[in-house]
Amino acid sequence: MSLHGHVYERRLVWRHRLGQLFEWACRLATFTALGILVLLLLSIGRQAIGWLDWGFLTRSNSYEPREAGIMAGLMGSLWLVGLTAIMSVPLGVGAAVYLEEYAKPTRLTKFIQLNISNLAGVPSIVYGILGFTVFVRMFGMMDRPEEFQCSLGFASFSFQLPLGRVVISGACTLALLSLPVVIIASQEALRSVPASLRHASLALGATKWQTIRHQVLPAALPGILTGVILSLSRVIGETAPLAVLGAPAQLSYAPGSIEGIGDAVQHPDKILQAPFDQFTTIPLQIYGWINETKPVFEHVASAGIVVLLAVLLLMNGAAIFIRQRFQKSIRW
Amino acid sequence: MSSAGRSRREKPSLRRAFSWLRLREEAIRCLLFGCALLSVMTTLAIIFVLVTETMIGIPPHTSFFQDVSLSEFFLGTEWTPNFSAEQAHYGVAPLVCGTLLITGISGLIGLPTGLMIAVYLSEYASPKARSICKPMLEMLAGVPTVVYGYFGLRFLTPYFIMPVFGGLGAQGYNALCGGIVVGIMIIPMVASLSEDVLRAVPNSLRESGYALGATKFDVSARIVVPSALSGVIASFLLALSRSIGETMAVAICAGNMANLSLNPLEATQTMTAFIVNVMQGEVVAGSTLEKSLYAVALVLFVMTLVMNLVSQLILEKFREAYQ
Repeated sequence: MSLHGHVYERRLVWRHRLGQLFEWACRLATFTALGILVLLLLSIGRQAIGWLDWGFLTRSNSYEPREAGIMAGLMGSLWLVGLTAIMSVPLGVGAAVYLEEYAKPTRLTKFIQLNISNLAGVPSIVYGILGFTVFVRMFGMMDRPEEFQCSLGFASFSFQLPLGRVVISGACTLALLSLPVVIIASQEALRSVPASLRHASLALGATKWQTIRHQVLPAALPGILTGVILSLSRVIGETAPLAVLGAPAQLSYAPGSIEGIGDAVQHPDKILQAPFDQFTTIPLQIYGWINETKPVFEHVASAGIVVLLAVLLLMNGAAIFIRQRFQKSIRW
Repeated sequence: MSSAGRSRREKPSLRRAFSWLRLREEAIRCLLFGCALLSVMTTLAIIFVLVTETMIGIPPHTSFFQDVSLSEFFLGTEWTPNFSAEQAHYGVAPLVCGTLLITGISGLIGLPTGLMIAVYLSEYASPKARSICKPMLEMLAGVPTVVYGYFGLRFLTPYFIMPVFGGLGAQGYNALCGGIVVGIMIIPMVASLSEDVLRAVPNSLRESGYALGATKFDVSARIVVPSALSGVIASFLLALSRSIGETMAVAICAGNMANLSLNPLEATQTMTAFIVNVMQGEVVAGSTLEKSLYAVALVLFVMTLVMNLVSQLILEKFREAYQ
């Protein structure tokens, strides 16, 4: 008996040691991952020192590393993400509302749901191929591009068909790419709205849409906004699909040649022209600088990365702010 | 009785009566259904585009498989589509090999690390540690892939791979670097997906373990992880499918040379890197090179689709088991 007890205790000590070892291994894994993040930020930040200044943000690119700038990419990214949001947010939220509020659990609904989860896992480069074929080349149906002029009285713009490598092609592609993510995030936000809210509204005689429009959507808004901003920040960092569309890495002008707010106010036709203009984005410029043969360009690339990360951090900060702010005011 | 019948006839049931409000409700319903259907149409469009360019071919143009035989594509061992017509070979094996090599390395690094982080976060971490670690992992997940590529090329290769493996003949661009970088990228994904399934394991299982005298290690490693195994495997599959589709980091770090070799110290080319690399230059519309892009994309799409589908089905089974 005592012998068995002895063995048990010795084993127990060993088991506890193993447990501790395991706990430390798990902890180590976590801190290694976080350490890599810190290492990445520090090493890139150190390279960017001295290269990141106001001029870098306001200049167009140049073959001279010291003269290189990110203005075209910054404006391109903003245009792209804005147009993407205009397309993907209403469509994505609409689809989420249908799936959560209207759809009955039929086979079709299940299929749509499975399809959305699968689309979220399709590699972004496949979306690039899709966008290239459908928007940039339009299946090669036309032999040569045709110019169209469009006049709206106060301003006019021109575009060509097939669309070519313009902002709107990129935005359509990225809208398709971000749609599943927006749908899934919005669905989660809608699901967290308690059913009692819907029942109360319906019991007071509101129609289904009135209930959704005035009760459910406002209640789910913070969650939806957070999800939308996070998916849009992924859109900003997206490189592969745009590279596949054939968007150039470096351009010397912003879409529509708009370089400031004053410019846009004075020439409204530039705003209309911008979606049909060529573009580059911050990550594409970074990719271009990485591929430069002159080694000095790695500093330019780091400076570009810092700008990109700053934009992302701003967006994520906004998401967190919205989450905090609205979560306090709504309590079930 | 009869008067009630008449009044019903005169004034049809409110449920059936026409009203603009009802019409609007119905219109909105249809509109929202259209939004939901758009996702199905996207899938169909992807399949349509890839299949027409590779297999069917719209009359003026021929399809890829009319130019290149199926057996050459799947059994050939040389991938040289950039060469002139006589010397061009379209055997997809080197690209698939490069992709699998990178995916394998990334899995070796990302999957165990991600799972251990998940175990730490769900079983060991205090609420405070969790509240610090989770946002940082989200940040790690939010870093764009081109940044990881730069990190791999400018820091991992010169300061880690060259000093350690330089003697073994590591090249400036190598698959190992690409694999490590992609492995780091999938860590947050594995961690957060696995943590979700680990936390879904009911507490009663943990408590019965403790009641039988199990240590914390026994509970985490021998009760919680095995009971969540199907969910963990699903998260692994999703992460691996992401590795297969990962593009920029690989295109930057791993080089652009199709190479039928499993040596991680040599340059290689994945399917995704090939597509980006070709599209960076001017491609002649209708050339076999251009059509080969679609063929490669189709292979990529099918591979990731199968993995995603399997993992979705596993996750669904898992949810049924515990919720």
